[in-house]
Amino acid sequence: MSTTAQPGPVSIPAPRSTQRTGQRSNFELYSWLFMRISGIVLVFLVLAHLVIMNILDGGVQRINFAFVAGRWSSPFWQVWDLMMLWLAMLHGTNGLRTIINDYAERDQTRFWLKMILYVAAAFTIILGTLVIFTFDPNIG
Amino acid sequence: MATLPVGTLYRGGEGMWTWVLHRITGVAVFFFLIVHVLDTALVRVSPEAYDLVIATYKTPIVNLLEVGLVGAVLYHALNGLRVILVDFWSRGPRYQRQMTWAIGAVWIVLMVPGTFFMLKHTIEAMFGSTS
Ligand code: HEM
Ligand code: HEM
Repeated sequence: MSTTAQPGPVSIPAPRSTQRTGQRSNFELYSWLFMRISGIVLVFLVLAHLVIMNILDGGVQRINFAFVAGRWSSPFWQVWDLMMLWLAMLHGTNGLRTIINDYAERDQTRFWLKMILYVAAAFTIILGTLVIFTFDPNIG
Repeated sequence: MATLPVGTLYRGGEGMWTWVLHRITGVAVFFFLIVHVLDTALVRVSPEAYDLVIATYKTPIVNLLEVGLVGAVLYHALNGLRVILVDFWSRGPRYQRQMTWAIGAVWIVLMVPGTFFMLKHTIEAMFGSTS
């Protein structure tokens, strides 16, 4: 038994506006849906990537330039890696956007944190895409 | 009766911890991925540069970190599927607590052999053959 005053039932006040006012975008709805759809696809792409890279056939010990050259000689693994790159980066970036919105309270801070996030994400996606498409097994 | 916090409906519990872990693992995997695209980009510099950086992946300590990464991705994936089932499956909300225990069990069942196979080479190099 606690001696603190027993609070009455807590409740959330009823919404003050009963209707959506004005024209609002559905961006947050699509972003919510995208997190779920990309998540389902990423289960297959990323978990298989991890099993191949870390467990099968010697695992991480057998990875080197020649190994990557062998894999990227096949369009199948090129497309696999490309989809994994885009989906994981967009999913992760969208997730971090939510987290910044949750914790950064000042508008300025929010704005700049998101700018850094978007620049880093765009840079990473472009770099990864170029690396897959311009890969040269005879380099160096 | 336990003291209720005044002014909030939130009660914490395992639902909060699954969410906290989901958030932490998501952020950790995201930062790994950025570094990972950078290290893979070294294939455009030279085979030597790539092999040199990949060699660090094979050292005992980084090998252990890889187990942590795989554990984080696996948790995030399983919990993500649970969240999706709670949202879209009509009985999801009713079974969400059972699903929490189920993903914990699946995580352990996959991680025990997974950890062994991931560390096999490191264990052999340090303590001799495992078979
Ligand atoms: C320790 C664990 C990991 C290892 C050893 C590993 C290894 C590799 C290797 C060798 C490549 C070169 C391409 C290929 O052979 O297919 C690669 C590419 C890639 N990996 Fe991983 N990986 C790991 C974890 C992950 C995780 C957790 C993710 C996703 C979240 C991921 C996403 C990618 C992507 C997107 C590429 C393509 C990069 C590019 O476009 O340049 N990897 N990985
Ligand atoms: C492997 C399959 C994956 C599944 C099934 C999955 C599922 C999900 C789902 C459903 C959410 C939304 C949670 C919510 O709205 O409450 C989410 C959030 C998130 N995911 Fe994933 N995800 C996966 C892979 C990844 C990867 C590879 C990354 C990193 C690149 C990542 C980073 C994040 C982040 C940062 C969040 C935001 C967390 C938050 O708001 O608390 N996820 N994930």
